[in-house]
This record gives sequence, C-alpha cells and structure tokens, in this order.
Amino acid sequence: MAKVPVQFTLNGSEKAEFVDSGTTLLHALRDKIGDTSPKGGCHQGTCGACSVIIDGELRLSCLTLAETCNGVAITTTAGLSEAGVLHPLQRAFLEAFATQCGFCTPGMIMAAKVLLDHTPNPSRDEVVEALSGNICRCTGYEPIIQAVLTAARSNSQNAA
Amino acid sequence: MAIRRGRGVAAINYPTGMNLGGDPTQALVHSTPTGNFMVTLSSVDLGQGMKQIMAQICAETIGVPTDRVVVDTADTDTGPHCMGTFASRGTHRAGNAVIQAAREARQVMLEVAAEELEVNASDLETDGQGNILVKGAPQKSISIFDVALSAHFKRGRSISGRGMFLIPRSYPEKETGAMKPSTCYAHACTVAEVEVDDETGEVTVLTVKNVFEIGRALNPKMVEQQLVGGSWMGISHALYETTEPYYPNRDHGGTDFNQYLMPGPGDLAETEIIVLERPSADGPYGAKGPGEMCANPQIPAVANAVFDAVGVRIDTLPITPERILRALKAQAAN
Repeated sequence: MAKVPVQFTLNGSEKAEFVDSGTTLLHALRDKIGDTSPKGGCHQGTCGACSVIIDGELRLSCLTLAETCNGVAITTTAGLSEAGVLHPLQRAFLEAFATQCGFCTPGMIMAAKVLLDHTPNPSRDEVVEALSGNICRCTGYEPIIQAVLTAARSNSQNAA
Repeated sequence: MAIRRGRGVAAINYPTGMNLGGDPTQALVHSTPTGNFMVTLSSVDLGQGMKQIMAQICAETIGVPTDRVVVDTADTDTGPHCMGTFASRGTHRAGNAVIQAAREARQVMLEVAAEELEVNASDLETDGQGNILVKGAPQKSISIFDVALSAHFKRGRSISGRGMFLIPRSYPEKETGAMKPSTCYAHACTVAEVEVDDETGEVTVLTVKNVFEIGRALNPKMVEQQLVGGSWMGISHALYETTEPYYPNRDHGGTDFNQYLMPGPGDLAETEIIVLERPSADGPYGAKGPGEMCANPQIPAVANAVFDAVGVRIDTLPITPERILRALKAQAAN
C-alpha cells in the first residue's frame, strides 16, 4: 500500500514523514522521527505514558493515527526545556523526587502541562483529576501531585 | 447496613537478600586518566536508585565527591557477577562489594600519591573534595587528578580494585532445622484505618501510618521516596491487584490496565512515614534493604483493620468486596 505523507510541527520545528496508513502517532514519533520521550506502555489508551499535546489538547499518541496529524502542532516532553534550562514542571518533578523508574514521567508532565496551561493555580483535586488518566507504578502518586502543585506555585510567583 | 470503621496493626521482620546456596555480588572500580572513578557492576538499577547509592558508597570510600564517580551497570554478560537486583539485596550486597573494591583502589591511589609527595602512604588522607593531603601538614597536597595522570603516564600503575561480597550458604541443622537465612533484618510497623461498607463490601483506606527501621538511610530523600511509593503499593496488593482472582481457575484474570486494578491518584490514603535508623553490623555504612519490605506491612494491617471493622477474617488477597460479602454472608449463616 502506498505510504501517506504527513507534515506537522513538533516542538516548534517542521517535520515531514511518509508513514504506512494506520501508523500511530506514537510509532511515528518514536521510530520515524526519533523523539522517544512519549513512552509506549499499554498501546491501548489506558496508561497515559504516551501522552502528547496536540494543538493545546492532551492526546494519547498510541490511539492517534499519524495521518490525522497533518498541519497540527505537537508538543512532547522532549521539547519543554529551553537552551538546557528545564521547564518548571521538569524542575519540580526533579526536586520533589516525583520520578523513580521514569517510564510514566513524560506522560505525567504532559498531563500536568495541559492542566497548568488552562488552570495556572489548580487545587489538589484538580491536579488529581488531571493525572487520573496516567498510571504510575513506583511513586504512590503523592510526590507527583506535590510536584505539580509546586510548579504551579513557582509559575504564579514568576508571573507576579 | 452501615459504613463501619476499623483499625489494624501489623509488624514485620524482613530479611535482606536471600540464601539459597550462597548470595554473592562482585564489583570492580578503576580510575580514568583524569581521576574520575568507574564502578562496574552487573546489578541493575530499575528505578530504585542503585546507581546513585553505589556512586555515594564509592565516593565515600575513596574520598572524592559523588559526581566524580560513574556507575556502569550496562551488561550482565560482561560485568562482574551479581545475583541480581531483588530481595532488597542491591544496596547491601553490591554496596559491600563496592566498598571492598574502592578500598583497594584507594590504597593504590595513596601509594602513587605517596611516591609523588615523597612520603609514606600511611601518612596521607583525602579531603573529600578531590585532594590528597599529608596528615598534619595539609599544605603538602596533590590533587587526585594529578595522581591519576601520574599513575597512568608516569608510574605505570592501575588505580583499581576488586570487590566481592558473599553471604555463604547456611545449611539447616539436622536435628532442629535451625538455619541462618539472612544476616541482616529490616523492620516495619503499620497502623491502617479503614472504612468498610458492609452492604457493598467496599474498603476505603483512610490513613496508613508506617514506621520503618532500615539501618542507615544512605540517601534519606530516596529512602522516603521508596517508602511512600511502597506504602501505596502495599495497599494496592491488599485491596486491588491480582492476575488470577479465582486462582487456580484462570478465568476473569485482568488482561489490561482497565481490569488489573491499582489505586489511582484519587484513591490515596493519608500516609505517614517515619524512618528509624539503626545501622546494621554488616551493611555498607550500616545500610539494610528497605526495598520490598516497604510494601509488606500494609497488607496484614489492612486485613486486621477489616476484621476490626466487620469481624471477618479475609485470608486471600486481594481483599475484594466480593470476598468480604461472602465472608459476611458465611458469618451471618453461622
């Protein structure tokens, strides 16, 4: 079958690929483009490890077909740091010891980023709700919740 | 029909590592030409922080900052032998092996420094910042960077060491069956408070208060991280997780994360962690193995709390609503 051309913006730079029809965005990002920050956990939309941001919305890249992504802007965790300076969420995860094996971390950070983009000063319940589609095996979630709350506070201090 | 509250307590005694025919781990340490130190292991870091702890142990023993140590755990085919990262044995077994290897490397390092400074190696000490000083005369010193360069390019010495730690096999006494399955025990105690709905069988864990006695905490923040996550996992084992809910019947086993249940971020119990440090006699810098132990005491504590709440003993895990309702029914029938 003929390959399908796909063009989108990934973390601010233009990407163009030919993919097989039916290729997931997760596969295209990891194995075609080489951005391995989205992780393939369950490949069926239940673990959240593959989460990316498409045009500002949190999406599961394992359930998104690459060919539907023409013209969109995609953000992954690999695109968050600027010139070697970590994003406030990345710094907060680091300082709160919110990561152990690290496999869920990029998806958690994506979910948290979309939350903070829409709700800069979330309540604890809002953080819990935002992370509820992401599974973590190691941390018991509490350090992750605290990291997101800390990042929100540091954002609002910078804005003030 | 009501929501009933109960409280349960459990205490555990947890062996570090295992003893099924001897429990060895080896380590190699060598310096680079610029005085950084490589630790080579087959022990795997799967997120528990093995590399960080081994770097700390090596740095402490040699007398350099931790960031001067690189830990390579890349390949179990080519690295020095390790039984594996399981049974909470990593820090204890590999840590002891790293200490032995690092001591040997430190001795060579001091011998080379002694030749450069024209003093006895026994008169030298490290400052922990990357320098070797003459005891009592710290103005006479040499950097470990220069010592490594000298060893590599002038003196023809390898600043390296071999480490081996073995807990030998313990055979049971024929008469009594007594044996020594472990040399080092960690301890924990948990108090859990639950609510049980005796109509639906649903259990809500309200609070979990844990005390862990783990030897010396070599990295207190990482210990806390492990214990917080472990406490959550203990509750998950107690109430949620199973691959075979009707074992030995294989039906109805979960096939994905929609069916293999774990508590999510919205199901967290109020969790308290207290760490007691009683350094172990044979652990690296007094450490024990807190790893798996941290997910153990919550399970009997929750089972006891369920008994306290509704008066039924559930002795099969996980303690599901179905099992509670069946037990309540059996209790009512008696």
